[in-house]
Amino acid sequence: MTKTVTFMTRNFNKYDVMSIDEYIAIGGFTALKRAITMDGEDIAREIAACQVKGRGGAAYDMGKKWSQARSEKNPEKVIVCNADEGEPCTFKDRTLIQNDPFNLLEGMIIAGYTMKAQNGYIYMREEYSHLRPILLNAIKQANEKGYLGKNILGVEGFDYQIHLYSGAGAYVCGEGTALVESIEGKAGRPRMKPPYIKQCGLYNLPTCVQNVESLSLVAGILNNGDTYKSYGPADCLGTKLVSVAGNVNRPGVYEIPFGMTVREIIYDLAGGVQGDRDIRLIQFGGASGKIAPASVLDTPYTYDDLKGAGVGVGSGAILVVDERTSVIDFLTTTQQFFSHESCGQCAPCREGNLHIKLLLQKVKAGTHTASDVKLLKQIAETMMITSLCGLGQAAQSALLAAMKHFPQTFEVK
Amino acid sequence: MAKINIKINNIPLEVEEGMTILQAAKLIQVDIPHLCYHPDQSVRGHCRVCSVEVVGGRKLMPACATKVWEGMEVFTNTKKVYDTQKLLLEMILANHKQECLTCQRNGNCELQNLSKRFNLTSPKLPNVVEKLPVENNATCIVRDLSKCVKCGRCAKACREFQGIEAISYTGRSSHFKVMSAFGENLEKTDCILCGQCTAACPVGALVEKDDTDKVYEALQDPTKHVIVQVAPAVRVALGDAFGMEKASIVTSKMVTALRRLGFDQVFDTNFAADVTIMEEGTELLDRVQNGGTLPMITSCSPGWINFMEKHYPDQLAHLSTTKSPQQIFGALSKTYYPKVSGIDAKDIVTVSIMPCTAKKYEAARPEMGRDGMKDVDIVLTTRELSRMIATAGFDFAELPDDDFDAPMGIGTGAGAIFGATGGVMEAALRTVYEVATGKELVKVEFNDVRGYEGIKESEVDLNGTKVRIAVAHGLKNARVIMDAVRAGKCDYTFIEIMACPGGCIGGGGQPIKTTVDIKKMRMDALYDIDESLPLRKSHENPQVKEVYDNFLGKPCGHLSHDLLHTTYQKVDKKYTF
Ligand SMILES: Cc1cc2nc3c(=O)[nH]c(=O)nc-3n(C[C@H](O)[C@H](O)[C@H](O)COP(=O)(O)O)c2cc1C
Ligand code: SF4
Ligand code: SF4
Ligand code: SF4
Ligand code: SF4
Repeated sequence: MTKTVTFMTRNFNKYDVMSIDEYIAIGGFTALKRAITMDGEDIAREIAACQVKGRGGAAYDMGKKWSQARSEKNPEKVIVCNADEGEPCTFKDRTLIQNDPFNLLEGMIIAGYTMKAQNGYIYMREEYSHLRPILLNAIKQANEKGYLGKNILGVEGFDYQIHLYSGAGAYVCGEGTALVESIEGKAGRPRMKPPYIKQCGLYNLPTCVQNVESLSLVAGILNNGDTYKSYGPADCLGTKLVSVAGNVNRPGVYEIPFGMTVREIIYDLAGGVQGDRDIRLIQFGGASGKIAPASVLDTPYTYDDLKGAGVGVGSGAILVVDERTSVIDFLTTTQQFFSHESCGQCAPCREGNLHIKLLLQKVKAGTHTASDVKLLKQIAETMMITSLCGLGQAAQSALLAAMKHFPQTFEVK
Repeated sequence: MAKINIKINNIPLEVEEGMTILQAAKLIQVDIPHLCYHPDQSVRGHCRVCSVEVVGGRKLMPACATKVWEGMEVFTNTKKVYDTQKLLLEMILANHKQECLTCQRNGNCELQNLSKRFNLTSPKLPNVVEKLPVENNATCIVRDLSKCVKCGRCAKACREFQGIEAISYTGRSSHFKVMSAFGENLEKTDCILCGQCTAACPVGALVEKDDTDKVYEALQDPTKHVIVQVAPAVRVALGDAFGMEKASIVTSKMVTALRRLGFDQVFDTNFAADVTIMEEGTELLDRVQNGGTLPMITSCSPGWINFMEKHYPDQLAHLSTTKSPQQIFGALSKTYYPKVSGIDAKDIVTVSIMPCTAKKYEAARPEMGRDGMKDVDIVLTTRELSRMIATAGFDFAELPDDDFDAPMGIGTGAGAIFGATGGVMEAALRTVYEVATGKELVKVEFNDVRGYEGIKESEVDLNGTKVRIAVAHGLKNARVIMDAVRAGKCDYTFIEIMACPGGCIGGGGQPIKTTVDIKKMRMDALYDIDESLPLRKSHENPQVKEVYDNFLGKPCGHLSHDLLHTTYQKVDKKYTF
């Protein structure tokens, strides 16, 4: 039971989340105090040395992202904390906000210092409205104590403010460009790229978007980078929050060292499958993630190993589906999600989701033909390679993986 | 611009940095298929039909949105590209009410062309289109959302050319639609009925209301005397619809076509434009001399008038009260013309051929008529006329020449250039200068007010008084000027505004496929007409002199006021945002 670790979760239950004084008493803001003595480039380098990859799903090298953001010339810049957490089966960001809001804030302030930004925005999904008082209080107290505002900690010209924005519930608004459109008060539809958000994002300013978990790592890394690096195998250092759910006995958020096997996560941490049933499939990374049969259980949870097994880390979600649910029922439910959440502006995603839904109905009814199966694959692949944003590109990940791992589902009767 | 080296389909080429793949492919004579791309609009990359392979990339890249880079290798012709483009097209087609044979855009539709190009003869997908009722309740624009391919070109035309956003995006996933606020009749929204959206639409989802049947009916009625006027901008665009060289001057073939279609008399709106100048020029001098509201702003573009009534109702006093050339012609056609011809006004049907959809709305305004008669009975756009000519089976390019009829068939060069942005200003200056100074204007060209720039400014010297003038086209530009006028921060005396980009030559009723380049050619053609004419100042038009001598009296006189001037009022919108 001690297989979990407490790097990111070290402060959980250690202080009253409504009290900045208690946070300071347990060592809060020491990372920020160190950061302001450093050159921003060195901060980015320390993060890079810890091999941190963005935790929102795309796994982009965070140190590199910060360096690139630093090199943008515009004197005005923006940091966005992506707390939209819309990916089904993902609830780790909620846990972080709920249990250690000041640590997140500290990470965002360090990001602001590093990138020379004037404003930071937390974009939190509407469903987390109950967490608003926690964040608003944290922002208020940080202002009162001089961790936000003008000349922060006496550093001339380090002016930085954090704002809290609420989404309206659309999954696509977790996509960076849709997110900034939403903050701007427009309908949350992704923008075409280029221009990339890092050059021209919120209010046309260079914008660095980072997931809650990514930002929550920053203070810990600046304080105890070596501890962080002591976890995980050499090519995948550190710890990760996973959200395990589905037909497991103890669903929840667990902080694991990279390299733990999927079996350990599901059986040792999450208490195994309900009723000791067999696993039908496991989906990694949320609804937009790929699926695999139980043979994936002995794969170590690292970026490369999961990739080798045909799945991926994604949002850190692990959804366990036992034998009671058929593959086609699972796919139908996943499809319902995307048919609902597509923003509809680009043709492959809008039209593709519609036809896939119809074709899956045929597969479920057993009335499909060989050419239907071919078409299903062709539409899924076309969506993947032509959709405007990540939603359409990843919407058929599960379907394409199912066609590979569970061919019997699509057999023509 | 720096040059860079790329390869498309293994053909090496040197192109300018900043070019898109779509543009670069044109250099090797490859037209990459596309639907949502329009050369005059911002790129949004929504249809994805232009997806091509770029070596090294996992995904395909949208050619419209991807700029070339040094060493880039593109393939537009692989099986993967072909299959992908074809499937995307099939999906779009599967959500489309395919009724080509009864569609206004049959034969001139980008989706139809692409279906043909990709040989979509055996579609694999079921048709999933939601059949929605055709919205046919506005005066000039018909919408059929079941034919909409959601390319957004209408919305971009409305926002980027006109700054209006009467059409926008709504709904999500398969409920995504491009439409007016709450699906309301456009007339009740911010829309000013300019028709730019209809000209931008690649398919038959957004079209002008077709009034050709009304014209056929009138032409068939032996008790009716049917006369027609043609706006200046039509004659440099109509040939486009028949595959002639872009912006050909087809005035005399057009007159022949109209006569052979059965119109009893073929008149020229250019004549009425010259009358407009007499009235508006006099009005301007009067406002300057007697402390009237300045700046005075032109009033000949009905889209612009709609804009003022809906968006700047507090600024209406700036508008010249002079009617537009179409309505001046209309008023004279039911008063002066009956007097001269001896034909009873009740038997006269006045038809206009206009480059503009808003002209239909203007003609239908209750104030535009007398004794229960409308001044202009039916308005056709250039596109509708081109359909009538096609129906008649005329080989348009080969038609012989003919001339307009008297007494309303002579127009000066000043009348001709009304069709281009800056033209009304220039025409007015030619007359106002001579009237105000009593001197002859030797050089008639005012080059400062010519050209495609959004807002043009100049200054003219009228007998020692410096008069500041401005010209704007496209309502996005007009808004800049109007905000300055509203704020009292502008020292112009006279402003010309036309709703459509480029002026009437770029009107919403002009032949499909109007780009900035084509509009510039049409502009040049109008200035060529101007230069070729013996008379280039409105006040020198002999037929204009006749109408004043024998009928109206003097410009802005009593009868003119009754017939040729109008008033404006605030128009309420159903929604404001
Ligand atoms: C459809 C879609 C939804 C997304 N939702 C989220 C989200 O809820 N939270 C998040 O952090 N990232 C989300 N992302 C990923 C973001 O676009 C972005 O990559 C991420 O916020 C960057 O932060 P990171 O580098 O720290 O992961 C989403 C991406 C897509 C395409
Ligand atoms: S892929 Fe889907 S969600 Fe993304 S822009 Fe296209 S329609 Fe919208
Ligand atoms: S819009 Fe084009 S494809 Fe559609 S019915 Fe009309 S002509 Fe045919
Ligand atoms: S007619 Fe003009 S104002 Fe109206 S929706 Fe079309 S482009 Fe916009
Ligand atoms: S109405 Fe026409 S221009 Fe507008 S989105 Fe539909 S197809 Fe495109």
